Amino acid sequence: MASPHSSPRGKAIEVEHLETQYGSRKVLKNVSLAVDDGEIMVVMGGSGSGKSTLMRAILGLQRPTAGTIRVLGEDIAGLGTRKMAALRRRFGVAFQGGALFSSMTVGDNIMLPLREHSDLDERTMEIMARIKLEVVNLAGFENLMPSELSGGMLKRAAFARAIIMDPKILFCDEPSAGLDPVVSSTIDDLILRLREAMDMTVVVVTHDLDSAFKIADRITILDEGRILFVGTPDEVRAQKNQRIQDLLNRRPPEEALDPEAYLRRLTGESPSGEPVS
Amino acid sequence: MKYETNDVEGVTVVALEGDVDLESSPVARRLLLDQIARNQRLVVDLSRVGYMDSSGVASLVEALQSARKRGCGFVIAATGDAVLRVIRLARLDRVFTLSATVQDGIAALRKG
Repeated sequence: MASPHSSPRGKAIEVEHLETQYGSRKVLKNVSLAVDDGEIMVVMGGSGSGKSTLMRAILGLQRPTAGTIRVLGEDIAGLGTRKMAALRRRFGVAFQGGALFSSMTVGDNIMLPLREHSDLDERTMEIMARIKLEVVNLAGFENLMPSELSGGMLKRAAFARAIIMDPKILFCDEPSAGLDPVVSSTIDDLILRLREAMDMTVVVVTHDLDSAFKIADRITILDEGRILFVGTPDEVRAQKNQRIQDLLNRRPPEEALDPEAYLRRLTGESPSGEPVS
Repeated sequence: MKYETNDVEGVTVVALEGDVDLESSPVARRLLLDQIARNQRLVVDLSRVGYMDSSGVASLVEALQSARKRGCGFVIAATGDAVLRVIRLARLDRVFTLSATVQDGIAALRKG
């Protein structure tokens, strides 16, 4: 487990009473959460718990139906396009699938944010990209195409691109998904090293328990769109809540079963007994 | 970012001050490369740099390589903890010659 930081810090992210919905289906329900500067916050929960939606909302990619989100002191609802773009330049996002452009070399993928957002000399950008590749242990891979990399290498290349602008906040969506435990552990180490060296705030969405307990200062557990618990890894382990214990022990939640509704689903009959066409 | 250039005992000391980031690093880069083009032995004083991002570190890397090609000495002096952590992240502490103080850096270049 990472050492929880002890000195008082400002808030990198403050979410208050956040609600989101897709169509008529509510996804996040009254979610309030604060992430400290320099903290590694891991967001966990089962599929459909709302963890990816929460990250998308914080990134400004999903409009809330209620509540406020402040990132690096800015209320993102009140930001115009230009100010939102300026704020996003202070984020780094490592997407689950890597999201590298297949038509560009690894080096060009990594330099892309610099080309978009800076006027740096080409030579400076190339050196920066090589520095980041060194950091993620992909030295010398800048001229390869993404298709020539393994899954673990793609993840690391995505990290290199995510940190090329030295972001204040790094968002990682399922960084260990699809990786074997050894490669997954190297990604965890990378996150810890980045936080240590660059004092980044890191938000990691994952359902990898080992990874969460290794890197988190605090863990937020989401369940059906609500926050079930926020605490240190030790506090999470000590929780008696059945849903949390189910998550820790990888047990699927016991589904509440309505026998009548179940029978109707199987027979295809409506509540009145009529066949459903 | 501000900067100051002084000649001390035949060594050029370039003192950077403030943040060296995406906005200011091109100025630092040009300054260092221009000094090296004049075959100056350089000590880069970072004692008043509070923050340096990767573009600043990359500028130092390019300057070091240019200095080596010309046979000029190049020392980075008085690096603060925050900057040193970024340098160490990429293991560049094994590439740069780092000195604790500007005086140590000048002495190292005069000796070499």
